[in-house]
Amino acid sequence: MGKGWVERLRLSPSAWVGLAMLGLFLVLGVIGPWIAPYSPHAIDLEGRFQSPGAAHWLGTDKSGVDTLSQLLHGARSALVVSLTVVTICATTGVLIGTAAGYFRGVVDDVLMRIVDILQAFPGILLNIAVVATVAEPGLGVLIAALCINGWVGYARVARGQALSLRERDYVQAARALGASNARIMTRHMIPNLLAPVIVQMTFGFGSVILVEASLSFLGLGPQVDHTWGAMLDQGTTFLWKEGFGYYALVPGLAIAWVVLGANLAGDGLRDRLDPKARKVRG
Amino acid sequence: MSVGSFILRRLGLGLIAVLGVSVLVFFNLHMIPGDPVDHLAGGEATADQRDKIAMCMGLQQQGLVDPTLKAPTPMHEQFLAFLGHVVDGTLGRQCPDPKGKPTVMDRVLDVLPHTLTLAVTGMVLAMIMALPLGILAAVRRGSWVDTAATVVSLSGMSMPVMLMGPLLLLWFFVDLGWLPGPTELGFAALVLPAFAIATHLMAMLARMTRSSMVEVLGEDYVRTARAKGLPERTVLAKHALRNAMLPVITVAGLQFGSLLSGAIITEKVFARPGIGLLLLDAISERNYPVVQGCVLVIAAFYVTVNLLVDLAYGLADPRIRRG
Repeated sequence: MGKGWVERLRLSPSAWVGLAMLGLFLVLGVIGPWIAPYSPHAIDLEGRFQSPGAAHWLGTDKSGVDTLSQLLHGARSALVVSLTVVTICATTGVLIGTAAGYFRGVVDDVLMRIVDILQAFPGILLNIAVVATVAEPGLGVLIAALCINGWVGYARVARGQALSLRERDYVQAARALGASNARIMTRHMIPNLLAPVIVQMTFGFGSVILVEASLSFLGLGPQVDHTWGAMLDQGTTFLWKEGFGYYALVPGLAIAWVVLGANLAGDGLRDRLDPKARKVRG
Repeated sequence: MSVGSFILRRLGLGLIAVLGVSVLVFFNLHMIPGDPVDHLAGGEATADQRDKIAMCMGLQQQGLVDPTLKAPTPMHEQFLAFLGHVVDGTLGRQCPDPKGKPTVMDRVLDVLPHTLTLAVTGMVLAMIMALPLGILAAVRRGSWVDTAATVVSLSGMSMPVMLMGPLLLLWFFVDLGWLPGPTELGFAALVLPAFAIATHLMAMLARMTRSSMVEVLGEDYVRTARAKGLPERTVLAKHALRNAMLPVITVAGLQFGSLLSGAIITEKVFARPGIGLLLLDAISERNYPVVQGCVLVIAAFYVTVNLLVDLAYGLADPRIRRG
C-alpha cells in the first residue's frame, strides 16, 4: 500500500487500541521466551511463593519458578496455537463456504448440513470430547480439537458472500470466457469475500485463546508446555495462600487482554469493512 | 415449511450431532491404551475378578457354546449396548458392582440441580443488569451514558470466568471473608459463581438490548405513539421495549443452552459440585460410562433449549415464517 494507508484505513480510535493490544501480544509471543529472565523449568524450592520483587518482578510459584517467565512462555504457546488454529480454520472455512455458495445444489446441501450438525452442539464440549479422549494430548491434538468446529463460522460467512458474488457480472464474464471453476473461485471470488472473513478472524483470535486457556486450565492441554491455563489452575488451587492470590489473576489478565484487544479490533474492523452489519446494529 | 417438519428437521440434526459425538467419544475412549479394567480392579485382582469386571463392563462376553470360553465383545456390540443404556434411561451402570452403585443417570441427576440453579441465577442476574444498561444507552444514544455502557459491556465481554472467578474469590472470600468459598453449596455460595457468569452474559445482552432498542425507536409506530401525545415512559415501556425484547430473549435463550457446557469452567474455578465437575472427575478417573453420560446430557440439553428458543421465537413473532 502507498503513502498514508494508515489514514486511509479510517479506523476508529478504539479499533487502533485493540490492534495495538493484539500487536503487543504478538510481539511478546514471538520474543517472550528470549526475553524471559529465567527458565520456566528453573525450580527453586527455597524460593517458593515469593512476592513480586526486584529479582522476580511477578514473584514465583509453588515450585519457585519465576512467574513472569511462565507468563512469557505461555504467551508463546498461546500465540502458536491461536495463529495456527485461526489460519487453518479460516482457510478451510473459506474454501468450504465458497464452494458451497458457488456450486449450490447438492454440494451446498451436504456442506451446510455438516455446518448445521456442528453448530447443533456446544462447541467447548466438542473440544473437550476430543482432547479428553486422547491418550497423550500434544499440541497437535489441541489444535485439531480447536479446528474441528472452528471453521464453521468462516464457512457461513464465506458462503453468504459467495452466494451474492456468483451472480456478479465479472464472475459471469469469467465463466463465459471459459475460466475453470477453481480459477473463478480462487481468482475472482475469494479475494472479494475476504473483508468479512478478516473481521471474523480478528474475533476468532480472542475466542481461540479463551478455549485454549480453558482446555489447559481443565488439565486437558499439552502437559509439557507452559500455558496460561495451567498457571490459572495453580493459581486457583493456591488462591487462599497469603500473598499469593495475585498469581491467579496474572494469566486471567493476560487472557482478558487478548480477548479485549480482539473484540475492540474486530468491532472497529467490522464497522469499517462490513457496512451492512453496521446498519443492522444501529 | 410447516412447524411440524421444522421441529422434525431440527430434532433430526440435533440427534445426529449428539449421536456423532457419542460415537466419537466412544471410539476415542476405546482407543486409549491401557485397560479400563485396571482402573477398577487395582493391582491385586485375580484373573477371575478381572474377568468379572470385564464382563460387567461389557468388554468381554461368554462363548455361546462353551461358557468358559471368553472373548472380547466386538466394538459395535459395545456401542449398541451403550445406546441400549441411553434408551433404558440409565446411561450405563458402574462396575464392578452395578447393583450397589447408582446408575450414571442417578449420578447426573444428583448434581444437575446445582448446575441448573447456577445457570438460572446467573441468567436472571445478567438480565437485571443488562436491560437497564441497554435501554439507557439506547435512549441516551451518543451521550456519555452510551459511551460508558459500551465500555462496560465491551470489557464485560472480554472478562472470562477464568479472570472474574479468581478475582471475586480473592475479594469476597479470601480478603473480606463475606461470602463462602470453593466447594460450598447453598444460597450464599451461589452469589460469586453466578456473578462471574453474569458479567459475561450481561455484556452480551446489554449490547443486544441497545442495538435492538435503537432500531425499534426509529420505527414508525414509535413516532406515531409519540405523535399522539403519549408520555415518553409509555412509549418506551409499551411500544418500544416490548418489540425490542424479542431478539434479546432469543440471545438469552441461546446463551442459556450453552450455560451447562460453560459450567465446566465455572464449576472448576469455584470447585462447585455440578455436572461440569462430575464430567472432569470422570475424565481423570477414566470412568467411561460417566464421561459418556455427562457429554450426552449436556449436549441433549443444548439441543433441546435451542429448539425451544427457535420455536418460541416463531410463535412470538408471526412475521417469521421458516423457509
